[in-house]
Amino acid sequence: MSDNTASSAALPVLTVRDLKLHYFTSKGVVRALDGLSFDLLPGETIGLVGESGCGKTTTGVALLNMPSPPGRIVEGSIRIDGTEIVGLGDHELRRKVRWSKISMVFQGAMNCLTPVYTIRKLMRETYAEHFVGERIDAAAIEELMRKYVTLVGLPEHVLGRYPHELSGGMKQRVVIAMALFLEPKVIVMDEPTTALDVIVQAQILNLIKRLKRELKLSYIFITHDLATEAEVADRILVMYAGKMAELGSNEEIFGPVGSRHGPLHPYTQKLLASTPLLRKKVSELAFIPGAPPDLIDPPAGCRFAPRCSFAKEKCRSVEPPVAEIENRHMVACWKAMEDPEYVRA
Amino acid sequence: MCALKMSPAMPERPGYFGYDDSNVILELRLLRKEFHVHRGRTIVKAVDGVSFQLHRGEILGLVGESGCGKTTTGKLIMKLIEPSSGAIIVDGEDRTRLPREREIEYRRHVQMIFQDPYASMNPHFKVKDVLEEPLLIHKIGRTRSERMDMVAEVMEKVKMSPASEYMDRHPHMLSGGQRQRIATARTLILKPQIIVADEPVSMIDLSTRAEILHLMKSIQREMELSFLYITHDISTARFFTDRIAVMYLGRIVEIGSQDEVIDHPIHPYTKALIAAVCEPVPGRVGIERELQVKGEIPSAAAIPAGCRFHPRCPFAAKECAELPEPELEDIGGGHLHACRRWKEI
Repeated sequence: MSDNTASSAALPVLTVRDLKLHYFTSKGVVRALDGLSFDLLPGETIGLVGESGCGKTTTGVALLNMPSPPGRIVEGSIRIDGTEIVGLGDHELRRKVRWSKISMVFQGAMNCLTPVYTIRKLMRETYAEHFVGERIDAAAIEELMRKYVTLVGLPEHVLGRYPHELSGGMKQRVVIAMALFLEPKVIVMDEPTTALDVIVQAQILNLIKRLKRELKLSYIFITHDLATEAEVADRILVMYAGKMAELGSNEEIFGPVGSRHGPLHPYTQKLLASTPLLRKKVSELAFIPGAPPDLIDPPAGCRFAPRCSFAKEKCRSVEPPVAEIENRHMVACWKAMEDPEYVRA
Repeated sequence: MCALKMSPAMPERPGYFGYDDSNVILELRLLRKEFHVHRGRTIVKAVDGVSFQLHRGEILGLVGESGCGKTTTGKLIMKLIEPSSGAIIVDGEDRTRLPREREIEYRRHVQMIFQDPYASMNPHFKVKDVLEEPLLIHKIGRTRSERMDMVAEVMEKVKMSPASEYMDRHPHMLSGGQRQRIATARTLILKPQIIVADEPVSMIDLSTRAEILHLMKSIQREMELSFLYITHDISTARFFTDRIAVMYLGRIVEIGSQDEVIDHPIHPYTKALIAAVCEPVPGRVGIERELQVKGEIPSAAAIPAGCRFHPRCPFAAKECAELPEPELEDIGGGHLHACRRWKEI
């Protein structure tokens, strides 16, 4: 983090406590998000990483309190800028929370822009949707739209264009502008670069970095790709099977394996070892045998234990709590907590 | 394979290949594919003069952004579409145009692994049916039990063992990684010489991706297969391939051993591609990447004159736009590139 000391003292802009979101399906209750707690500081980016189905996107939509049916937030608290949003009705959420306090760039949103609307109409609709019943000052909105379109690096005439006239990178910029333009404090970005080509990806990442600096935004950045997180996230929250496995600073998660100042959870270490590197030649890439557990009937004990090479009897029977190992470095692993050799190695 | 007469229109081989021909299993000579769209008013040059050689027992990576023509090249090699001009030479014989019955025989030797393991298998088939089907098509094995022995054998090869446990499952009962093993097994059961794999791991979770790549590579080495690996992901290409060909807007702009191309890239496009890749290392948060390349890939319906990369190239000079397109040039060690100004930049 650039201004570490200043923001550590600041009050968190987003506080999540013991958040649970379950999907009530015909096959049973899927515990997609099963007790997550963290704080997001002003101007900070937390990266959510993990395999598909680990609950990253579920966390994202939970933060806007808009779970898709049959999902429901069953427990926990989300405070954004001092306001508790769990328990608020849809109308209130729309008027007072979504887009004005927290917004989201959905995965693949750039391919879901209504094809028969111009960008201007799409953005105006976003505005109207969140200010139902209020008088809309057309000139003021136009100015606002121009401001944000320019801010994301597009020419103003894009407002008059239809989505199919824009390239993938430009559409993604439009989607980001739409997430920004009611001036929220927190933005959830769900895989904003995954569907793009490498060079466009790098351009969008540069934009996301610049906006964060200029507008002092706080991000929740969701991706499956650890390499992308290394570029954008001040802290990284590694999720596994609906729970936090580890939360550490960028320096810690990408630090030396085997040191106290490196990644501690075996899952984090394995994920890193299975990420291919471009600039370094490796003959062997690691992989994690098996598959994530069924979240209708998750295993007892640590949910990663069936795939973990360090797993002992205790891991299979008693679930490890999330413990703070170092200053703000949290991990849920018996070995990291109890084996002094493990972290000193 | 049986002998076939050379077609009279076969183009001369470009003069830059310095290899022993006996080692070449597949050669493309100035292969072109044009699509006529908008009732013929627009011509999309998806593949615009691609020449390369695939050696026996090697993995060649074909890397590029979406729309560069890499998948079309794969389809041309598979003879799923007809080339507009140019030649496809397998084992020294011209295979560019084949009658229908020869095509079937051709595909016994040239097999493809598709990107989407969820869409490439008939959902009504059991695993054993999926694997038996190629044997039926090519009339291999006299009895069902003979064919089932082959199915079991090939399943062991892709580490789906014990085979009996998986044979009666339907594709939806398998994970993405398991499906891609079955897709691999389906190509191997015909004992092909060449495999074209189009993004075989891009839809597979990170933790199993490395496992599938390992498996494919060990089978490729063991069976001495020649492998064309089509991907947008240059990081996996570094790990997986022996040589890399970089494609831009329908043409190959650089080709060489993977170490040479990635550690000592010559063409500005290759350099830009490498510079855009993120890596999981600490200390890069929030730092904007310096991108050498401007804008996005243009449409294949409007390929720029001169060097096709010049409008995006930071080093482009007058000659790059005015002189005809540069040909691939060998700088030694089988490292070829198509940049006129490479010595100056």
